[in-house]
Amino acid sequence: MTKKPRKTGLIFFPAFDWAISPTHPEREERLLYTQDQVFEEGLLDFENIIEFKPGMATVEDINRAHICVPDARSVITESHLISAGGAITAADKVLRKEVDNAFALVRPPGHHAMLVVHGARGFCNINIEAVMVEYIRKHYGIRKVAIVDTDCHHGDGTQDIYWNDPDTLCISIHQDGRTLYPGTGFQEEMGGPNALGYTINIPLPPRTSDEGFLYTLENAILPILDDFQPELIINSAGQDNHYSDPITNMRFSARGYALLNDRLSPDIAVLEGGYSIEKALPYVNMGIILAMAGLDYDSVREPDFNAESLRQSDELTRKIERDVAEIRKLWKNRYSFKKKMVGDSRYARRQKGIYYDTDGISEHQEETVRICEDCGGLVLIDSQADTGNRIYAVIIPRHACPTCRREGEEFYGKIPVQQYSHVYLQDRDKDNFQVKSR
Amino acid sequence: MILGIDVGGTHTDAVLIENLHVKRKTKVPTDEKNLLNSLLAVTTDLLKDEQLEKLERVVLSTTLSTNAIVQKKTDRVGMILISGPGLPPSLLPVQKDSVHIRGYSNHRGAEMAAIDPGEVVEASRRFREKEIQQIGVVGKFSTRNPKQEGTVRDLLEGSFQHVSMGHRLSGHLNFPRRIATTYLNESIWRRYNTFISQIQGFVRDQGINVPIYILKADGGTFDIEHSREFPVQTILSGPAASIMGILSMARCRRDAVALDIGGTTTDIALFADGVPLLEPFGVTIEGHKTLIRGLKTRSIGLGGDSRISVTDGGLQIGPVREGPAYACGGPCPTPTDAMIVLGLTGIGDASLARKAMEDVGRQMGMGIEDAARAVHEETCRIISAAVTSMIEEVNNKPVYTIHEMLEGKKLVPKTLFVVGGPAEPIAPRLAELLGIPAQIPEHAEVANAIGAALARTTAEMTLLADTEQRILTIAEDGYQESIPARFTKADAIRIGQDRLREKVKGMGAREEDLEIEVIEDMEFNMVKQFYTTGKNIRVKVQVKPGLIAGFAAGGKP
Repeated sequence: MTKKPRKTGLIFFPAFDWAISPTHPEREERLLYTQDQVFEEGLLDFENIIEFKPGMATVEDINRAHICVPDARSVITESHLISAGGAITAADKVLRKEVDNAFALVRPPGHHAMLVVHGARGFCNINIEAVMVEYIRKHYGIRKVAIVDTDCHHGDGTQDIYWNDPDTLCISIHQDGRTLYPGTGFQEEMGGPNALGYTINIPLPPRTSDEGFLYTLENAILPILDDFQPELIINSAGQDNHYSDPITNMRFSARGYALLNDRLSPDIAVLEGGYSIEKALPYVNMGIILAMAGLDYDSVREPDFNAESLRQSDELTRKIERDVAEIRKLWKNRYSFKKKMVGDSRYARRQKGIYYDTDGISEHQEETVRICEDCGGLVLIDSQADTGNRIYAVIIPRHACPTCRREGEEFYGKIPVQQYSHVYLQDRDKDNFQVKSR
Repeated sequence: MILGIDVGGTHTDAVLIENLHVKRKTKVPTDEKNLLNSLLAVTTDLLKDEQLEKLERVVLSTTLSTNAIVQKKTDRVGMILISGPGLPPSLLPVQKDSVHIRGYSNHRGAEMAAIDPGEVVEASRRFREKEIQQIGVVGKFSTRNPKQEGTVRDLLEGSFQHVSMGHRLSGHLNFPRRIATTYLNESIWRRYNTFISQIQGFVRDQGINVPIYILKADGGTFDIEHSREFPVQTILSGPAASIMGILSMARCRRDAVALDIGGTTTDIALFADGVPLLEPFGVTIEGHKTLIRGLKTRSIGLGGDSRISVTDGGLQIGPVREGPAYACGGPCPTPTDAMIVLGLTGIGDASLARKAMEDVGRQMGMGIEDAARAVHEETCRIISAAVTSMIEEVNNKPVYTIHEMLEGKKLVPKTLFVVGGPAEPIAPRLAELLGIPAQIPEHAEVANAIGAALARTTAEMTLLADTEQRILTIAEDGYQESIPARFTKADAIRIGQDRLREKVKGMGAREEDLEIEVIEDMEFNMVKQFYTTGKNIRVKVQVKPGLIAGFAAGGKP
């Protein structure tokens, strides 16, 4: 295999002194063997692989992507600021053209963290990709971004944050939600009324192997990216599709991950889940780094790899082929759904129940979106958690039209603060974050 | 009395130290063809009329290994590599006589694939056919489990002149560097051992019967007999000698910068709390990235004799040296000529120096003095920029814990030590540019020999305790033992300290120099399906580079 080497930035932050709890999968040991492998293989000696120290994200960075209740400081620890800061450092290095692409190999992860944050769910407090994307938009003026989430769990947090944003294409490929946390991520979840089709979910059946993943990549993800023409491709690089992962049921291999990254060719990859810390992560990360750097990854293989035992059934192959065809059809017809869905309403409303498994918090949320032809639409959120906190949030989208802006500002002024513990205004367009409380 | 000798590329320096003072010093040109001649010259000079019975030790720093590698006076080495999956052979630093064999140990040292003895026997046959006498055996993760390298070595027993195993040379992870290090060790092994035998014979002939030490790349010493197995440890000991020399003369306990400004290059080194910084992975020699622990130095192509040229009105200084300064009979203008014109130094012929600066000034459209000032300023600017960027690089080194991220030490040099020919004329302006007071130590011209004479014996040791597998592994010793499930980090540290103490004593250390410190101590819970199954404990202990007791306490030579 001859390839052109690329300059790859590596932001490695294993947080060897941080854990959710001593035996939690998200613990100190998680990236230990990955570090061993990266060091032993001498990857940092390659001239085109450059390691950078992560920066620290700021509360302002978080407030661009989240409504944290009651505020950002109370839902995070230093480790979250470093983890999001690592993703931001990756973005800076790529966008300042110091490197061709970058991999933020950081923890803790973030893709289950939603727009409103009452606590931690799915081991995530803040969504490090979203914090990074909003940072990129603010500092580099980039508009169209594609996030491809290859974690085995549905990237429900990222989906929630960009549900109403037609400039952010969120593709999540994951194990079927009927068989795995968080139990969502079905084809029908396609985005809010003004961004229909820009959320794409590709559930795969349990026991899908390299073949199925790569088929989906070639026949659904790549053609859709080709249509969307993003300025930046981001890979939420979860590593729990691996055949040895203890909490999932897929059959992806390290070499499969390398091939996937080679073909997807993300500008930035950010580590998400992956808890087979001994048998998968060292090899998967090795494969991803080599692929991103344009180096030969053909010899990357788990010591116990056995292709024959990991083959997917023919029946499963046919099911994936049918699903992929359906996804393509949905994407092609995405403009036709809006009329059917919203009719003549001026606002669309949805109710959500959100459970924070890590912190044991239940939240009920009502989200209202202004139907708009000119922008992503004003978003209003009324959220109540069993912590006793009830908040209201007004979100003015980027590139907001005059009407959505005017209405948003009016709402924020009018909402009576007595009823809520906090009322937030997140003006993404003017990068303005305000809070009022009783 | 201690006799310290540095056999450098150009000069051989020697000092005789008595009661913490430089008693005598000397410098002769190095006889490249026969290093023993240089040794004879300096020892004869220093030891005449001395009572040999007062001599306690001889410490030698030599370029022999470095030169052998640079000048490619190396032997062919048959390399047997246990690579396993991962990087393809095309991305490994493999020489032409390399054989990849089956086998693999993983990151925890668990054997995942066995050695096939038939492959080793076949490789051995092919190497003998090619009349190869030196063999290197290197396995991926062999520092986590040295067994497979040992198995291969046993199969080769008696068939070759010498065999080096990768895990003995360093406890650090880095398979490509382990390959390069093992290769280099074996490729200079024969030449080095011949030289060592000659030295021992020479010293005996002088009637000297005291321990002899050799300086290593990390600025520490080891006993000459012990050095026979590890010649690669002696590469790049020259710069290390110079840094240790500055350390001894400076009595520095703080963060500092050391500059050695020569004719062709300027070498920069850094001290943190008075301890020289080491390369994090290992030193690089002739493009070979090794695992050899060495002092962190940066060399820039700028010295007193660097060639000055003017292109498009801009000054270009270095990296080439055509000869000495114009004022000293050289062919072209140099920074030294500028210093002479500015009255900063009295060497050479001042009228020639003015002529050189007139030439530079004409091309830049300015007078002689202005040209000299411009050259001097640019010279100091380049050096200070290199110092600043090296400090920044050190301070931006990635860290892996939140604690270090938030509380990590930042290097803030408080003193600038300058040695070398142009030290006096350059130091004041450099101090201004860097905002650090400069100091020029005494006896700077024989800093290398003093550094060699006063360096203490150093070593490090890497321990991995896996309480699930119940194994303790010490890479550098190729040692494994069973441990109980209750084994703790404190146990690992204690064993590490005890074994390192014994090891360093075996390498020639004196009891009073055994300053052992723990440089890494990490402990991880290993969890399977949410249950803790054991602990993964990692400990590194070292005797850090420094001066022998007495000098470390602040004595001044």
